[in-house]
Amino acid sequence: MSQPAVPLIQTKGLKKYFKVRGGLLHAVDDVNITIPERKTLGVVGESGCGKTTLGRAIIRLLEPTSGEVLFKGENVLKYNRGKMRDARKKMQIIFQDPYSSINPRMSVSEIIAEFMIVNKTCENRKAALQRTVKLMDTVGLARRYANVYPHELDGGRRQRIGIARALSLSPEFIVCDEPVSALDVSIQAQILNLLMDLQDELGLTYMFITHDLSVVKHISDEIVVMYLGHVVEQASSNELFENPFHPYTKALLSAIPEPDIEMRNMPITVIKGEVTSPINPGSGCRFAARCDYVMDICKRETPVFSEHKPDHYVSCWKLHSNMKG
Amino acid sequence: MSGRINSAATETEVLIFKKENRLKEIWRRLKKDKLALAGLFLVCFFIIMAIFAELIVPYAAAVTINPHNRLARPTNEFIFGTDGFGRDLFARCLHGARVSLSIGFITAIATAIAGSIIGAIVGYVGGKLDDIVMRALDIFSAIPSILFAMAVVAAMGPGIFNICVAITVTSIPGFVRIVRSAVLGIAEQEYIEACRAGGTSTARILFRHVLPNAVGTLIVNTTANVSQMILTAAILSFLGLGINPPQPEWGSLVSEGREFLRTAPHLTLFPGLMICLASFAISVFGDGLRDALDPRLRT
Repeated sequence: MSQPAVPLIQTKGLKKYFKVRGGLLHAVDDVNITIPERKTLGVVGESGCGKTTLGRAIIRLLEPTSGEVLFKGENVLKYNRGKMRDARKKMQIIFQDPYSSINPRMSVSEIIAEFMIVNKTCENRKAALQRTVKLMDTVGLARRYANVYPHELDGGRRQRIGIARALSLSPEFIVCDEPVSALDVSIQAQILNLLMDLQDELGLTYMFITHDLSVVKHISDEIVVMYLGHVVEQASSNELFENPFHPYTKALLSAIPEPDIEMRNMPITVIKGEVTSPINPGSGCRFAARCDYVMDICKRETPVFSEHKPDHYVSCWKLHSNMKG
Repeated sequence: MSGRINSAATETEVLIFKKENRLKEIWRRLKKDKLALAGLFLVCFFIIMAIFAELIVPYAAAVTINPHNRLARPTNEFIFGTDGFGRDLFARCLHGARVSLSIGFITAIATAIAGSIIGAIVGYVGGKLDDIVMRALDIFSAIPSILFAMAVVAAMGPGIFNICVAITVTSIPGFVRIVRSAVLGIAEQEYIEACRAGGTSTARILFRHVLPNAVGTLIVNTTANVSQMILTAAILSFLGLGINPPQPEWGSLVSEGREFLRTAPHLTLFPGLMICLASFAISVFGDGLRDALDPRLRT
């Protein structure tokens, strides 16, 4: 992926720590990711690994502790209020829960038009209305729902409202924070297809956060695997699924249910133990306590995130030593 | 499904913001709730009676002492009877309604406005501001409210306006606490986060997204407050810090009737009934209004 163009989104040493009782919770720790324009970066990891925090930190819904977020080469974290307001139009988010992410007291058209009114992107009310109708068509919401309240709609339609709202400011980058995990499986496919169509039509760039690996494979160009705030592996979608290097990634992939009778007796690598505490983690590999291949160095020093194959990055001491030896 | 984005919205008329129709919509839903409608009717009745009190019975009848006709039972001439000074109790109740209802409504509304603004800001902004304001209010509520109201009235002198100030000030802390807790729950919702992602200003988030979702709590507490405040005003009058006699007021009518409870119970009964009916009507109407305002309960 050696392209000279400036990537749309890039983070450098992005950190987000939360103060909690007993110390600092390292939710996102030194994350460096790059998302080229019109591509989708999938972010996977189990609950509590910091993937949602990462998404919110990038669009500055949460103020990062340190590091940089570059949007078209400019550090968004240095923006003042006015500039940030403009930048927000370009960076939107789609939420996980379509039930809590839309205001129950507003009608569908009001919800979709709200950002346009707030940002005065349309010259008048009528223009905002017209664009609202257009957006409803775009996301596949029937126009008769315009004056309906969200509680009258099912999860899939509600999620379409959320998508229309995110699109209303014509963003270039959208953080999709588990947009389908709260939906029925049949509706998941509809929403995923919608998101992919929209990407083609509008030239969107996605950061797709999920813990559902089959979903992420379907939609992503590039995937990063997170574990306790660290990125442990990064590769293109196909490469990662064919050639996982990191023991955690391997375990994750083996846990995907395969609808194939032949696979019935295949052993599943179950990760032993539980996630170690993200509060004041010491140095060393964060996966060390659960890793089958743990070595002495893993507990002492944080592994280096390095390229093991072209465009395939892993942070694991075992692979590192294999490479050297 | 491709090309959806280009399917221009020529038929805008299909979709209209129903802003103008919202009031109509609320009224339509309120109409279905017969109890609330009865409440509204009763409240309006009381208010109209209070406004036109002078036309129905002149104020003079409420304050003219007539020693020959003390403690008369209800008759055709005096439908509520007369009090210990021979004054027409009906006239006193009617003119008392002016004072009591104004105190009740003004203070309840003033408390609701001040309390929601403070509560919403404190609950939404949180952090140090929350700590400071809430601790200050804690100190405030450590003083018994009636003592505090007495102190305010004593300092500022009696009179309707001063009573209103005293009652409002003492009831703000409780209201702030209620609003704050409602706002804390709402502020955590993802739609508030979505607002921030869309660049919505804090003021707009508070008044357009947070408070409308707390409106149920606001209305129920405000309507409950109205009767509470009429009673507080009554206590103040009873202690001689409220309305100056001989001007009538429901609370003081009840306490005046107290001496004659055995011999002439109607002196307490009628003004007491007024307070009961008014608070009942207001709270029933409030409940109906809360339901009518909630689109989730729309039928």
